[in-house]
Amino acid sequence: MTTSTPKRPPSRSWRLSLSDPRVAGLFWQVLVVAIAVAIVAWLWSNAVHNLSVRRISTGFAFLGREAGMPIADSWIDYSPKNTYLRAFIVGIVNTLRVAVIGIVLATVIGTLVGIARLSSNWLLARLAAVYVEVLRDLPLLLQLLFWYVLMQGLPAARQAWKPVEGVFLSNRGLILPSVPLHEANWWTTLALVAGLIALHLVRRRLVAQQMLDGRARPAWPYALGLVVALPALVSWLLGASWSIMLPELRGFNFVGGLTLAPEYFALLIALVTYTSAFIAEIVRSGIQAVPRGQSEAAKALGLKRGFVLQHIVLPQALRVIIPPMTSQYLNLTKNSSLAVAVGYQDIVSIANTTLNQTGQAIESIALIMMVFLTISLGISLFMNWYNARIALVER
Amino acid sequence: MSSVAHLPQDPLPIGPRPAPRALGGQFTAWLRANLFASIPSSIMTLLLLFVLGKACIGLWQWGIANAIWTVSGNDTSACRALRGAGACWAVVPEKYRFILFGTYPFDEQWRPALVVVIFIALFAVSSRRSFWRKELFLLWAAALIVIGCLMWGGFLGLSFVTQDRWGGLPVTLILATFGLAFGFPLGILVALGRRSKLPAIRSLCVLYVELIRGVPLISLLFMASVMFPLFMPDGVNIDKLLRAQIAFILYAGAYLAEVVRGGLQAVPRGQYEAADALGLSYWEKNALIVLPQAIRHVIPPLVNTFIAFFKDTSLVLIIGIFDLLTTAKTAIVDPAWQSFSVEVYVFVGVIYFVFCFAMSRYSRSLEAQRTSS
Repeated sequence: MTTSTPKRPPSRSWRLSLSDPRVAGLFWQVLVVAIAVAIVAWLWSNAVHNLSVRRISTGFAFLGREAGMPIADSWIDYSPKNTYLRAFIVGIVNTLRVAVIGIVLATVIGTLVGIARLSSNWLLARLAAVYVEVLRDLPLLLQLLFWYVLMQGLPAARQAWKPVEGVFLSNRGLILPSVPLHEANWWTTLALVAGLIALHLVRRRLVAQQMLDGRARPAWPYALGLVVALPALVSWLLGASWSIMLPELRGFNFVGGLTLAPEYFALLIALVTYTSAFIAEIVRSGIQAVPRGQSEAAKALGLKRGFVLQHIVLPQALRVIIPPMTSQYLNLTKNSSLAVAVGYQDIVSIANTTLNQTGQAIESIALIMMVFLTISLGISLFMNWYNARIALVER
Repeated sequence: MSSVAHLPQDPLPIGPRPAPRALGGQFTAWLRANLFASIPSSIMTLLLLFVLGKACIGLWQWGIANAIWTVSGNDTSACRALRGAGACWAVVPEKYRFILFGTYPFDEQWRPALVVVIFIALFAVSSRRSFWRKELFLLWAAALIVIGCLMWGGFLGLSFVTQDRWGGLPVTLILATFGLAFGFPLGILVALGRRSKLPAIRSLCVLYVELIRGVPLISLLFMASVMFPLFMPDGVNIDKLLRAQIAFILYAGAYLAEVVRGGLQAVPRGQYEAADALGLSYWEKNALIVLPQAIRHVIPPLVNTFIAFFKDTSLVLIIGIFDLLTTAKTAIVDPAWQSFSVEVYVFVGVIYFVFCFAMSRYSRSLEAQRTSS
């Protein structure tokens, strides 16, 4: 009887041959990385040589120099005597101003149009479909130029259109009534925001209590106290004045009120309408992805239509909607860089001017990229957090 | 029958109810169901009809009733006398050659026109399922070479035309199509790299895709037009159009890589394992087994990505390349025609719309075929 010795496992020693997958893997990685490094090094050495020939110093020292570039439309104090750094900050604020307001408006309009596409009213559904189809199939830049030309074709300030008292539409842009912003007003607004957050927490608590004993507890007394009484009290204590400032025509221009420059207004309209067409399609397909049985079951339970939409259909649709919506928000933010075509001074436009004035091409474009990568990352992180929050909790 | 017999007999069986009285004909029934189903719906319909009617009347008056279709020479005083009450369509017959073909030599403009026709034929052929074979790649290569020969010329008695004289619709089509034709293989390689098991290659691909997708296209175009010459050795001077084309290829590569990656993820694991079991090499496995399935999955999103590129080519306006939108904008610099930009934008808009609408319809029909099969 022979005892069979157990077979030895195949040897794990390295064979120096490309037929060994580990060697092949290592070989390819080293090769690709070496090629990439070589290309970058070659480009870099060329750049260093060219820059020294053109006597352009590298580095971000130019940010401390006087910019000498006028910026017409700025929300923070700025004069051409300020530094390039401040000009860049103005540009970032201008980009964010378009992007944030654009995202909010595009979401609202897009959702409405998306729901309208599913309306049982044939005319409304067709019109919404035409809106989506036309806006999606035209380049954004063409739409932007179109709106800008329309803005410029508006009457001069003296013959401005006045649809409502205190609102003027002219080739100076859209002028709206405004509320003077004193410190007391800021505190009141802050109190309102705090009240809303507190109300949200209170409502969550009330719902949790209802889960325990099934008794519905009204939330409106809390709402009255936190959202109405608290800001009113703060406003009264600090003596805030809420008189509305109506813009007036003096000479050739407007005094008072809030001015949306034609460049800003055109950019905002173009971005909002273009993106809202895409959002409408996302919302429509999201709602259609919710099985019909869900809303039918809810109706069979006797729930009201609004309640069904708000508590049954939308929460399920949101799970489908949020990921593509995130990429639309990112697109809107990136597309806001088209501002340079109509002369609205966003970060790209200011970096471009800087580039032409100083020749610091690499630094300027690196700054644009850094700003957009940061904004994109911020939006992605926020939307991922929101997506995780509304995700289906499975047991 | 006996079980039925003891049941109480219904003395008078109830006859069938008469059919509900139809209110008018089929059309009225349709109106009631789709436009006047409820009071809010009726109010909405009337409101929309009112707004739509006003808009249509306004557009009709501006675009047709009060419009001027031809003027003699460059005398636009009649158009300007309208003061915006009517469109001046005369700008289109006056400027369409420049808008469509830019500064291409006037007598040679049949060449870019032929190029546009070749492009459209190429798209039409590629859209037919029966042509989705290996020969299609050869056809594309041949067509792109013919297009290059026609645009440049310099043989068989065709005069040589440099790229800086190209313009209009052919440039738009060239940027978009070459961007796709070269960006697609790049995208496939990057998508494979992103799913590779080799960490260095994977992170390089992730870096490339995320960097390109994270920044606006304009900054890439600025890079191509301003930064690129800085990175080239002395004496190497690459044409502006080619630089923009390279930027577009890199941009397209990153976006297409993500689309292809989606398709790769949809291929079942068993397919990879079966290919490994057959002893196929990495490239054989991907080229023969995985990619054909993956790409079939993502054809509709690929078409959508192509529509987006087609629209995005208009961004070269900002770095001063004469595509369709730039020629349109330049056409109205002429003082006589300066105030008729809306008409020109409408004309160009119709061209863009026809292309994009056809492609989006096509993408939708593909989607419908897939869900039905």
